[in-house]
Amino acid sequence: MIEVVNLSKHYGDKKAVDNVSFKAEDGEILGFLGPNGAGKSTTMNILTGYISSTSGKALIDGIDILENPVKAKQKIGYLPEIPPLYVDMTVKEYLYFIYDLKKCKLPKISHLKDICGLVKIDHVYNRLIKNLSKGYRQRVGLAQALVGNPKVLILDEPTVGLDPKQIIEIRTLIKKLGKNHTVILSSHILSEVQAVCDKIIVINEGKIVANDTEENLSHRLTGDHKLMCKIEGNKDNVMRALQSIEGVDRVYCDAEHKNNVSEFRIEAKEGKDIRKALFKKVAENGWYLLELKSSELSLEDIFLKLTMGESIPALENTEKNKEEAED
Amino acid sequence: MGAIFRREVKGYFTSPIGYIFIAAFFAYSGIMFSYYSLNSGYTKLDSLFGSLLTIIIVLIPILTMRTISEEKRSKTDQCLLTAPISLGSIVAGKFFAAFLVYLIAIAITAVMAVVVSAFGQPDWNVIVGNIVALALVGGAYIAIGIMCSSFTENQVVAAVLSFVALIAASFMTTIGNLIPINAVQTAFEKISFGERYFSFTYGIFDFSNVVFFISAIVAFLFLTVRVLEKRRWG
Repeated sequence: MIEVVNLSKHYGDKKAVDNVSFKAEDGEILGFLGPNGAGKSTTMNILTGYISSTSGKALIDGIDILENPVKAKQKIGYLPEIPPLYVDMTVKEYLYFIYDLKKCKLPKISHLKDICGLVKIDHVYNRLIKNLSKGYRQRVGLAQALVGNPKVLILDEPTVGLDPKQIIEIRTLIKKLGKNHTVILSSHILSEVQAVCDKIIVINEGKIVANDTEENLSHRLTGDHKLMCKIEGNKDNVMRALQSIEGVDRVYCDAEHKNNVSEFRIEAKEGKDIRKALFKKVAENGWYLLELKSSELSLEDIFLKLTMGESIPALENTEKNKEEAED
Repeated sequence: MGAIFRREVKGYFTSPIGYIFIAAFFAYSGIMFSYYSLNSGYTKLDSLFGSLLTIIIVLIPILTMRTISEEKRSKTDQCLLTAPISLGSIVAGKFFAAFLVYLIAIAITAVMAVVVSAFGQPDWNVIVGNIVALALVGGAYIAIGIMCSSFTENQVVAAVLSFVALIAASFMTTIGNLIPINAVQTAFEKISFGERYFSFTYGIFDFSNVVFFISAIVAFLFLTVRVLEKRRWG
């Protein structure tokens, strides 16, 4: 359905997208995951024909977006990062405009009514877009992408600005749409991509760093066991004690609070459960365990992991500095 | 093209711009009409039409300044450029919408001609020729204004750019006269929009001038399309 081959986009010396290739099949929801400035939006803008690529090809249903843009664009519904809304129009006027703009052939009134029902904007249908909240604007943007029932939906951060209830609604909607559309959505929220997507592409600095299914990716990334804990006690003594627990690989001190309270991050060897031993150790020394939780990898960790290997340099540096100071 | 045309026309009249443009044109042309014709009892309209060039140089930048710059600034161009339509039809839709507002404004000159006809026998051929010329030169200026709007995201910058461009286009002859070479002066005179427009007000309907203005419209709209195209490759 969508095929991207060796796509690159350069702005002067900067490579916004660097030799990216991927495929999305019919009825597949593909998640694009990456930090700000990773090249997600640029890739999406190329796919939709908003900007052109420096090299490489983007095929929508076998049609090259640069060679036959009008025909390719007919198959795409696009919700950009900032919904392209004319704020001086009412929702109705705007959707009528989009309907005409896309030269849509479906029955106008019933088609637009269906879409409004789907994204739940019927009750603001006659209001000026100017007066809508961000969440509603986002929904109107989504409605706009759905006009004409395009085969491919490209959604750039579709849940930004929505409240938690709306986010769940929109995710459910996207999942539903994914059954008969090809959906590409971008996000910097890992849980969102996990919840919705069949396949995940992680992109960083314009390059694809991982391209896999959700299960494989999260397994690969959260494979090792990590704990976060907050302990009251002398920081250095606690560090030493924690280090001495069997099965502990590394201990980092993430933060120091008042009253001798510090936060620690513990990496255990694979398959080892150190929680009981940890509790015992803390109790034996007369310290207090104020908090203990297993740490899920945040997106930032995943990036650091995927792009820089195991270590987290910022934290290691602080430790090195401290060691130097101690010496 | 139809959808964009309709939206733009509506946009001119849901914002104050359309009204201000038409009102300002009516006011200025009304003053000029009473000054040159009614007060002095002069039944020819050549001085009126001659004076109107000044006001359209001032007003057209206001009409066209937001056409493309505002789309770019508010990111709505993403919606137009990713829709299954060509760049040409986007630009054409915007041109015809602005042109329609302009035609509504200059239609007042026909009313003035009718008023004059109550007092004497006006030369209708010349008057029709003048109105056609005013429409054509305005069309060319709108095309220039739209092109200037495509250069920037800032409406004010677009307005100033088009104002400067329109003054230059109108008074090419004066600019040419600064260069003391005969061939250059003639060349500048030939491409002066003002010179060609004034020849209509003298009562000469030269078909080459009509062709000149239509070519200018097509050329500047084409350049606008190229500017938009280039921005995608940037």
